[in-house]
Amino acid sequence: MDPPLISFTNICDFAMELRLENIGHYYGDMEVLQGIDLDIPAGKIVCVVGPSGCGKSTLLRLVGGLEKPTSGRVVQMGQAPSASINPLTYVFQDFALLPWRTVEGNISLVLEDHGIKGADMEAVISDVLARTKLSDFRKALPKQLSGGMKQRVAIARALAVKPAVMLMDEPLSALDSQTRELLMDDLVDLWTREPFTAVYVTHNLGEAVRIGHSIVVLSRRPGRICEVVEINKPLEQRQLGDADLEQQQKHLWNLMRDEAKAADMELMDA
Amino acid sequence: MLDSASKDDQRTVEFRGGGFAPQSKRWVGFVVFIVLISGIELGTRTGFITSLMLPRPSDVLATFVELWKSGLLWKHLIPSLSRLAVGAVIGASAGIGVGILIGLFSLARASLIPIVAAIFPIPKIALLPLFVIWFGIDEASKYALIAFGTFTPTVVAAYGAVDNVDRTLIRMGQSFSLSWFSIVTKIVLPGAMPGILSGLRVSFAIAIILLVAAEMLGAEYGIGAYILEAGSLYDLERLFVGVTILSILGVGVSAVIGLIENRLLKWRI
Ligand SMILES: Nc1ncnc2c1ncn2[C@@H]1O[C@H](COP(=O)(O)OP(=O)(O)O)[C@@H](O)[C@H]1O
Ligand SMILES: [Mg+2]
Repeated sequence: MDPPLISFTNICDFAMELRLENIGHYYGDMEVLQGIDLDIPAGKIVCVVGPSGCGKSTLLRLVGGLEKPTSGRVVQMGQAPSASINPLTYVFQDFALLPWRTVEGNISLVLEDHGIKGADMEAVISDVLARTKLSDFRKALPKQLSGGMKQRVAIARALAVKPAVMLMDEPLSALDSQTRELLMDDLVDLWTREPFTAVYVTHNLGEAVRIGHSIVVLSRRPGRICEVVEINKPLEQRQLGDADLEQQQKHLWNLMRDEAKAADMELMDA
Repeated sequence: MLDSASKDDQRTVEFRGGGFAPQSKRWVGFVVFIVLISGIELGTRTGFITSLMLPRPSDVLATFVELWKSGLLWKHLIPSLSRLAVGAVIGASAGIGVGILIGLFSLARASLIPIVAAIFPIPKIALLPLFVIWFGIDEASKYALIAFGTFTPTVVAAYGAVDNVDRTLIRMGQSFSLSWFSIVTKIVLPGAMPGILSGLRVSFAIAIILLVAAEMLGAEYGIGAYILEAGSLYDLERLFVGVTILSILGVGVSAVIGLIENRLLKWRI
């Protein structure tokens, strides 16, 4: 495969970065996140891993403005490219497709409101469906699709609004392991063709070392940053079962094991 | 490892996973009806059931045909149907509207739920005199009674349906910066539709009951008036004609809602 060409538009896309400044969050009396400082550089995928219940989903909701942090702030540095319709765009674990709309209708849903119609809308829909290999499923209803297909639709919908940053909350966790592997390849492919900025939350360390340029390890609740692991190997060269990736994964697991064990016990107490 | 004894002693594992999956079979309903009615017919003909206990089904049918031929059927049916339509449509639309308000706004919820809870258990018939004073003895008071009776169950169904809309879908809408109006019309309303429609089944059945009650309390024509007249004369054949018409009306309304459901809710699993 050719090395990805960084075109002019891509450089524009890279203009926007996010910075998390000392984020802390409470639900009632329960402290969920504590002192999170993090940079999300343009054109890179930042993975967030941590034991379940440590506040990963909460962190993502704070980043995208679906919830207000109790303390600290999320700073957007630079303008989102003008072509971006919805700069901060989510992909949810449970797909969040409208069951009463077809594949096409689910994508047009997010375009209609931003004044894109007719031929323009048609062009965007065809483009994202082609990129996610869904062109044949345009008129299908979500109930007719498998889990992997549904998540493809959700990814197509996210691509349609030309996000500056994709916020992905365990996008592959609801899928079986084979489908996950296929979709992971597709995501890597999407990124290599046209690099995007993303925060990718997962509890799966294998996924993290496949797709993350940097991996943020959170402690158990209240979530704090334990360590940020950088992986320099280009995404398209990473393979399932690479020895160096296995090594990284093992390192991550060593960081996380005790936290996960403690978190597990905590949940049983609660 | 299988030993030789087990080879002689073989049987199929017994199936024990059946049942608990009722399916509707249309013709069974018909058969039950026909068996029941021919049973009564037979009973009345043999004298096992006296004519004071139940009218003979064939006589009821004959009375119905007579009513039809005399043109009186339509004279009774048309005012009833128009009362039902006007009253139920007003009540159901107001109910859906208020239910959605309750589902969407805290202020509406806090202020209206207690009121709805307070008026739900009132037998609406008891208020007919009040409606007569407010709206006159004519059609308007009947519309009001039917509308009021349909309103409360529809409100409850509608706000329950809005509450049950998947919150993750609403979050999704917000995360794509959809406008408030789009979220309501494209996510909340379609999501609430199954609950609203099944609520309407109940509401319309109540509307039919109230229609008859209103007509019994003062109407020259109408199914209720017809039943009341037959009842006061102990004319069981005509009473049963009236009751059968009501049943058919109920089944018809239910079938119409079923059709709408099939149309609008194709997306359901
Ligand atoms: N809306 C909420 N209200 C109250 N508590 C919440 C809410 N959302 C999450 N929590 C709690 O916050 C903690 C972190 O949740 P979450 O961010 O979903 O964890 P993760 O995604 O890492 O598994 C959990 O203990 C969860 O029960
Ligand atoms: Mg989560």
